Amino acid sequence: MDAQTIRSLVAIFLAAILTENYVLNKFLGICPFLGVSKKLDTAFGMSCAVTVVMVIATAVTWPIYMYILVPNGLEYLQTLVFILVIAALVQLLETVLRKYMPPLYNSLGIYLPLITTNCAVLGVTMLVLEKGAADPSFGYVQSLVNAFGSGIGFLVAMLLFAGVRERLEDCDIPKTFQGLPITLVAASLVAVSFLGFNGVVDRLAG
Amino acid sequence: MEKKKSLWSEFTKGIIIENPVLRLMLGCCATLAVTTAASNAIGMGAATTFVLVCSNAVISLLRNVIPNKVRIPAFITVIAGFVTIVQMFIKAFSPALDTALGVFLPLIVVNCIILGRAEMFASKSKILPSIIDGLGMGVGFTAAMLAMGIIRELLGAGTVFGLPILSGFMEPIIIFLLPPGGFFVFGMLIALAGKLSAEGKAPEAMGCSHCPLAASCSKINEKKEGK
Repeated sequence: MDAQTIRSLVAIFLAAILTENYVLNKFLGICPFLGVSKKLDTAFGMSCAVTVVMVIATAVTWPIYMYILVPNGLEYLQTLVFILVIAALVQLLETVLRKYMPPLYNSLGIYLPLITTNCAVLGVTMLVLEKGAADPSFGYVQSLVNAFGSGIGFLVAMLLFAGVRERLEDCDIPKTFQGLPITLVAASLVAVSFLGFNGVVDRLAG
Repeated sequence: MEKKKSLWSEFTKGIIIENPVLRLMLGCCATLAVTTAASNAIGMGAATTFVLVCSNAVISLLRNVIPNKVRIPAFITVIAGFVTIVQMFIKAFSPALDTALGVFLPLIVVNCIILGRAEMFASKSKILPSIIDGLGMGVGFTAAMLAMGIIRELLGAGTVFGLPILSGFMEPIIIFLLPPGGFFVFGMLIALAGKLSAEGKAPEAMGCSHCPLAASCSKINEKKEGK
């Protein structure tokens, strides 16, 4: 692998975390973002599980699409095949973890059933194919790096937001805004701060 | 007469009392993502309503055939089938809408509203109430998205459905079209819906009781109790 390739992979990785953040920029995975970001440890466990599933799901669905669906002209089955493959994968991962790695199962495995219908996971498997269609140099390795970066970006957003929410607990908030409304306004401010990263990655890569 | 009345209440509950987005907190991703323009909101709402009504009908018909243990994968398969139909239809008849909705069109599959209604309503009810329930929830979803789409388009671009309204009156505030504006407007709408509701306040957090995967959620609770 030459320096140019590595450089572009780093750029893909950083872009996935900062400028194309799944939660704060693309609105994927909002349910866990609002649902389990109340405590730092659950936020961390959930994000790690999401990252692992994102990478494995991309690793499996990419070849299925390229080598089974496309040659047979079955692209329209993408949605159906992907969601079933992801559901089966998550189930398999849960069973394997429970049998062979009980400590890991206790910290990550409990979140796995929730991830089957997480739109961030299905989203990443489809978006890397979209990127691949727009840019032929965006292949299998690039897709995996993008999936890993997206998972880390999810983790960063979750941890940042868990911190923000802990501060919100002690605030005196008007009754109408208590609960979800103030959480969403806080999310809006965190998203504003992520807008500041626009352009940073292009400069790093260029 | 009695029956008609109950069907009517089945329909209206989704629009007002149990609005899926603003009260049950389902389908937030799509609501935030595609509401940069009022027309996108309508397109997304119509597509979701179609899938919701069809999948509710089919799942209600199959409710005695699907074994309990594999019901979630079975529901997802039915839903994915209808989403594929909608995808092909929109690609063929409105390529512009297809581009605007992008990846969120196939992501209707994992929209919690649809799986949630399948799990909570259609799998336990007869076909007619299930269809009405799907229709009501779909209309409620569309209405909430339309409200958000109009506010964001008006403030962010100065137009509504592409018609210039604010031109020459004020500069559009572009941030309302960007992700932060989506979160902000959504928070405000939830506060408003909470204020107008019977309890007089917004939901405290994402309602776990309404989540289609609440069964797996209890594992998290078990872990906490075990500590």
